[in-house]
Amino acid sequence: MTDAPSAPTPPAETAPASPAGTAPTPPAETAPASPAGTASAPPAETARTPVLQARGLVKRYGHVTALDGVDFDLMAGEVLAVIGDNGAGKSSLIKALTGALQPDEGQIMLDGRPVRFRDPLDARRLGIETVYQDLAVAASLDIASNMFLGREARRPGFLGRVFRLLDHRRMREESARHMADLKIGLRSLTQPVESLSGGQRQGVAVARAVAWARHVVVMDEPTAALGVKESGQVLDMIRRVRDRGLPVVLISHNMPHVFEIADRIHVQRLGRRVAQIRPGEHSMAEVVAIMTGALQLDADEQAVVADKEAARAIGLT
Amino acid sequence: MTATITPPKPPEAAEPSLARRLLTTPTVGPLAALLLACVFFSFNSDQFLTGGNFSLIIQQVMVVGTLAIGQTLIILTAGIDLSNGAIMAFGGILMAKLAAEGTVPPLVAIALGLLVCAGFGAANGLLVTLVPLPPFIVTLGMLNVAFALTHIYSQDQTVTNLPAPLTALGETFSIGDTRVTYGSLLTILLFLLFAYLLGQTAWGKHVYALGNSPEVARLTGIRTGRLTVGVYTTAGFVYGIAALLLVSRTGVGDPQAGQTDNLDSITAVVLGGTSLFGGRGLVIGTLIGALIVGVFRNGLQLMGVASIYQTLITGILVILAVTVDQLSRRRIR
Amino acid sequence: MSRSTRAAGALSACAIVATIALAGCGGGGDNAGQADAIKVGLITKTETNPFFVKMKIGAEAAAKADGAELMTAAGKFDGDNASQITAIENMVAAGVKGILITPSDSKAIVPAVQKARSAGVLVIALDSPTEPQEATDALFATDNFKAGELIGQYAKATMAGKPAKIATLDLAPGIAVGQLRHDGFLKGFGIQEGDPSVVCSQDTGGDQSKGQTAMENCLQKAPDINLVYTINEPAALGAYTALKAKGREKDVLIVSVDGGCVGTKAVQSGQIAATSQQYPLKMAEQGVKAVVDYGKSGTKVSGYTDTGVTLITDKPAGGVEAEDTEFGLQNCWG
Repeated sequence: MTDAPSAPTPPAETAPASPAGTAPTPPAETAPASPAGTASAPPAETARTPVLQARGLVKRYGHVTALDGVDFDLMAGEVLAVIGDNGAGKSSLIKALTGALQPDEGQIMLDGRPVRFRDPLDARRLGIETVYQDLAVAASLDIASNMFLGREARRPGFLGRVFRLLDHRRMREESARHMADLKIGLRSLTQPVESLSGGQRQGVAVARAVAWARHVVVMDEPTAALGVKESGQVLDMIRRVRDRGLPVVLISHNMPHVFEIADRIHVQRLGRRVAQIRPGEHSMAEVVAIMTGALQLDADEQAVVADKEAARAIGLT
Repeated sequence: MTATITPPKPPEAAEPSLARRLLTTPTVGPLAALLLACVFFSFNSDQFLTGGNFSLIIQQVMVVGTLAIGQTLIILTAGIDLSNGAIMAFGGILMAKLAAEGTVPPLVAIALGLLVCAGFGAANGLLVTLVPLPPFIVTLGMLNVAFALTHIYSQDQTVTNLPAPLTALGETFSIGDTRVTYGSLLTILLFLLFAYLLGQTAWGKHVYALGNSPEVARLTGIRTGRLTVGVYTTAGFVYGIAALLLVSRTGVGDPQAGQTDNLDSITAVVLGGTSLFGGRGLVIGTLIGALIVGVFRNGLQLMGVASIYQTLITGILVILAVTVDQLSRRRIR
Repeated sequence: MSRSTRAAGALSACAIVATIALAGCGGGGDNAGQADAIKVGLITKTETNPFFVKMKIGAEAAAKADGAELMTAAGKFDGDNASQITAIENMVAAGVKGILITPSDSKAIVPAVQKARSAGVLVIALDSPTEPQEATDALFATDNFKAGELIGQYAKATMAGKPAKIATLDLAPGIAVGQLRHDGFLKGFGIQEGDPSVVCSQDTGGDQSKGQTAMENCLQKAPDINLVYTINEPAALGAYTALKAKGREKDVLIVSVDGGCVGTKAVQSGQIAATSQQYPLKMAEQGVKAVVDYGKSGTKVSGYTDTGVTLITDKPAGGVEAEDTEFGLQNCWG
């Protein structure tokens, strides 16, 4: 497909990175072989170099410090949950990692190389895709248009180059394939997403992120608005994404979901990372206690009571 | 909706059927209304159903219709433009005066008029984007600015004796026995052009996404500021074309022109089924909306009904169209 | 989704039928069975101004008497040229024999008038002329210059040599009627444009509240104003309200033009000293008659027909010919 790189419109700037623009095969199959990808690196090395890393990020809004020198590490092939109380700086952290806000201080590294994101587009160019809570899809557009929003595929040749004619058919076909890959069943790809259920909409958002991500998928509260059954389906989708080798950052309030799916948990408190935990090594109650400041982890990663009153209040002794 | 996430059935990738697309288009209601009105007037007036009369109706709606193209773009982004009639009036008087007084050659006068109108649009867009201010306020201010400039520049004098290029779009050609103005043809072509741009290009998708939610659009990597300024500037340029159509239709530069055209263009957009909340609607609907107004005005006049009843009917139709939009949105929620 | 749009379509369709039926009852009822009647079009500046309402009533009565069918249309605001063009086109399409029009924009309407005339339609300007006046077949109007001149002469006689401080509350720039009345007033008063005795000139659009604002501003500028020329009676009443608020209503002379019933009553009660009364009913009657004559015999009227103007006041002065308010109220409009 030679049309996309030569085209001057904003969406086309991202087109060279798009699966639609580079090869007719879906990105999931090309991801392991993609040159910038770390998913194909040897396991021994990936264990040491985080895919996405942040050191000492600071973000202040006037007198409010949203991020207070936070660190962050995402390893290859893992689902990392980020939890924290309201106001702990979860969203600010995620926005900084996905380019939606620019930190005042600190550094972000992708595959060990420092990067700067001026806007979400920069992060996307480097293969970081985000599913935003409540802000995932354009309601009146159909599924295929949403899948390709901001990086539409144009017809090859003259029609695409001069008349900028969209290749609706190809976008629909590729969307259908991605939806099928994640086992999302839909009657039609031409219905506007506002006619879909909440779970289906989230499915569209996840499928879009997965289709385009080469490095990292970030999901902000993907189950927050969903019922039990639909939540389970989204968690299944997350597993499938991880099974393809894409690491997932999952922001969630829902402890059972976190414990069900996360390989590791990043606990955010007062603008910092206060603990990194493997779900098997601590109970849910302990994790909640760490999150609220009742417990702290000592150097050996053992939980220590920091606030006896608070700990007693939530039933820990 | 019967579709659920499971079982995993591969969704259809083929073109949807024509019937299905028709039923899910918000333009069906307005189209039905237009056709019904045409049938009604055909039975009630001998002069209605003639090629000449339809050519006349298109001529009569081409100025507001063209303004409404720009209005549609802006309303699709969830904005509104109160200044379009005033911008058009200024563009028209500028073209007419420059050309009639021989300050510059007529074609240069037209080009300058188009550019100035695009400039007004760009100013609207920049204020909406950069300050940022609500479109309602920005364009209300611009309405007064353009109105005042029109009267200052023209010294309230109607400009007559225009050179031929300014009235060329008012000339006619024949289709069978029917004489059609070039301006009508240009208007139709503009509608087709914008239907294509909105429906078949990435730019169009982005305009809809912006109207649905600027935040969603921004997070999917659309440069929303640039897009907004682009939309307002494009709209301004289209107002410039409307100015040329106006001048060619009336044969004069009229400083009093366009004073209710802002609301008339919004009427056409709303009657065409486009949502004032942004993100939903078709520019072809706007053409239908403009034609509804024109057909009622013409048809009632042919029947000998006083013009105040056109106003009454237009008012009722507008309220109805907005109600339908609101109800269909509620059902989706 | 599809269900709701279908419902929307059905709903709109119903409403269309309902509104058409409504309109049919409201305005088109008495047109049935007049297929052969001569059709006369009347296009006024606006639908709401009492002057044009009266004109319409006169035209309707005349059309009924002559067995003609009257079609009416109007602009949405004073100065709405586009709506008047559209109305001319639609009336020509409807097959009218003649069109009576009060042009909103005396120049801008000319090309559309020419098109109508070349389609064989008789076009008569009512109340105000087109520019050039020959663009229409004929003009039936008040002599607005004379109307202004009468109140100018009257004011001159009433002031009786007292030094005048004049405010003129005008219509709007570029509109012939306003200019003619203004110029006529100055001539009648015996001064030139730019005379130092004219201390304040403001546009009112012929609107009462704007007239009041304009007068308030003029009084700020020149508190010793003692003579106010107004373009019409609403503007005059606005000026009176402003003067009354300053306690000046007794010692300031207000003169006006139009002769509407409200205005004539204001002359009777002394709020306005004198007004030049014009006769819209007569314009419309004569206009309809001319079109019917053309339809029957093919003879076109031409040139200017003065439909007359009379000075109305209860305090005549200096031998300026005038009628009292009793006469005025019998012949007023609106």
